[in-house]
Amino acid sequence: MKADPRGVLTGAYYIDGNHACCEGAIAAGCRFVAGYPITPSTEIVERIAARFPAVGGVFIQMEDEIASSIAIAGAAWAGKKAMTVSSGPGISLMMEHVGFAAMTETPCVFVNVQRGGPSTGLPTLPGQADMMQARWGSHGDYGIIALSPTSPQECFDLVIDAFNLAERYRVPVFMMMDECVGHMTEKVLIPPANQIEVEARRFTDLPPEQYSPYRPGDDLVPDIVKAGDGYRIHITGLTHDERGYPVISADCQDGLVRRLVGKINRNADRIIRVVEDDVEQADVIVVSYGITARVALRPIELARRDGIKVGHLRLVTVWPFPQQRIRELAERIKAFVVPELNLGQVVLEVERCAGGQCRTIPVDHAGGTVHDPDRIYRAILEGVK
Amino acid sequence: MTAVVNPVEPLLRIERIPHIWCPGCGIGTTVNCFARALSESPDIDLDKLVVVSGIGCTGRVAGYLRLDSFHTTHGRPIPFATGMKLANPELKVVVYSGDGDLIAIGGNHFIHAARRNIELTVICVNNFNYAMTGGQVGPTTPATAVGTTAPYGVYERPFNLPYLAASCGAVYVARWTAYHVRQLAKSMKEALHKRGFTFIEIVTPCPTLYERRNRLGDGLTRMRFYKDNSVIDHDADLRSLDLGFEGKIICGRFVNIERPSLIEAMDTRLADKLGPKYRPIGEGT
Repeated sequence: MKADPRGVLTGAYYIDGNHACCEGAIAAGCRFVAGYPITPSTEIVERIAARFPAVGGVFIQMEDEIASSIAIAGAAWAGKKAMTVSSGPGISLMMEHVGFAAMTETPCVFVNVQRGGPSTGLPTLPGQADMMQARWGSHGDYGIIALSPTSPQECFDLVIDAFNLAERYRVPVFMMMDECVGHMTEKVLIPPANQIEVEARRFTDLPPEQYSPYRPGDDLVPDIVKAGDGYRIHITGLTHDERGYPVISADCQDGLVRRLVGKINRNADRIIRVVEDDVEQADVIVVSYGITARVALRPIELARRDGIKVGHLRLVTVWPFPQQRIRELAERIKAFVVPELNLGQVVLEVERCAGGQCRTIPVDHAGGTVHDPDRIYRAILEGVK
Repeated sequence: MTAVVNPVEPLLRIERIPHIWCPGCGIGTTVNCFARALSESPDIDLDKLVVVSGIGCTGRVAGYLRLDSFHTTHGRPIPFATGMKLANPELKVVVYSGDGDLIAIGGNHFIHAARRNIELTVICVNNFNYAMTGGQVGPTTPATAVGTTAPYGVYERPFNLPYLAASCGAVYVARWTAYHVRQLAKSMKEALHKRGFTFIEIVTPCPTLYERRNRLGDGLTRMRFYKDNSVIDHDADLRSLDLGFEGKIICGRFVNIERPSLIEAMDTRLADKLGPKYRPIGEGT
């Protein structure tokens, strides 16, 4: 379906990534946001607080991030598209409810405007060191989706994708921004509402007596209902059967957890998006995401001027990881170069998928600023040796 | 022969019975009162009533009620319920959980929900200990009582829950014991029909853990204790409602006031500032 035009501020704007993320969420149909102030993400909820009353949305500033992260689950089960927004320390507090949303298959969006960590770290400066937290941060096994925008325009575009994926796969989706992308001001085009595809919630067609909350469809995803529709559902974070009732057994656990992981893995080809530039003839491929993908453009251009065949693979979707594509490319190149604002996270996935068929060269960085392009350039030179 | 149906049966998920609660436990008694309160409230649309629980023995209440019911995470039923109520104000949302869940790990959410006067009925079953995990002490355990994590007796001061709720802004506050089934059902009805943050504390026995470790007898002995040691005083000074170890239990409806609920205050303020541009969430997409 198309976006509700009442929420879409069609036009060209000069705004930062945080403001663009807010507008993208509203365009996607988000009508409930619970949040707690934290640098460098706060502009998102500030704009939501100002915008929501006129578009039929409710914003509430909760007492902490734990409360925010479960309030969105309550709102989602009441039928609203819901989001919370934070940064490292707050996201750490929210992790239990990422797991709750994964376990109860609650569609919702978590925005993380990443800063340097650990702990309070660098509140005002960028990092990309929460990438593995987004994948594995809550206890237990579950599938997750994480997107990484590289510009204010993509903050708008990808948060719409985040909501759409959350609805389609009934999963919490991470929007993995960073301080640079969040505070970078650029031109953002907001299209007319009738050009914005919005995924409707997959409400069941079945009457209450035939409906089971966790009976999956062919795509392994069950259809949903909302509270107040007469289905008298029971939803629990305990291991549960198709009726939603707790069953504390290894068999039930096996079926449920394999499906929670499998619904993402089996649909990975439909979920994953990468942007490739000249990878087919490349000897070296830079794999990057977020703000680092912007920084990588300069060394890639310099290397090409030197006659080096260097490609660029930008991860729009970081989780699920495009392992098939990395494997294919690893067979025919000399090296992957992986710059990221952490001391080695996504590079581990690249290395795993490369499986020793080519070199994997990390360009790590503890965060606080972006890479010196020269470090990436030298890694490219190292890769073609 | 016609089968006799318990009047509360339609409100229970019979296929999930027997429940997990121990003989003599008071939680089932409170659920019976709750079911009775609902069955005696024909004006309440049960399809629009949601029960939200946290974790613990009382956390299992949601799972036995044939209503839209959510068994959330430890300490967080109130913020879950807050999100749900704000997202669809047509729903009537009841939080039904235990003392450890609502007051220890969930204490911050409890005081803020009362402050906001969000339209929730919070039912707190207070059995003075963490029973699901085997009888640890908590912030409601009376001083000198023992539990597995206080083998020499509690020396911290426990919360006075009615006073806490009232001082944070709850518009309805009551306390009963598992013995006071009629008063409790009536109180539940009153709370369900009131707009704003309403709170009922129910003192209940946990014969398997709290009573056994403290040598206080079985479930029936406790009922006699509640009968003999409860004092109903609706006008009691809130500050006098502390529960000492084996002391008097002052019961009653201590607070029943009016003040704008969160949704009323939000609608009033935003309509005042934004005029016709304000669109309450019910009108949203």
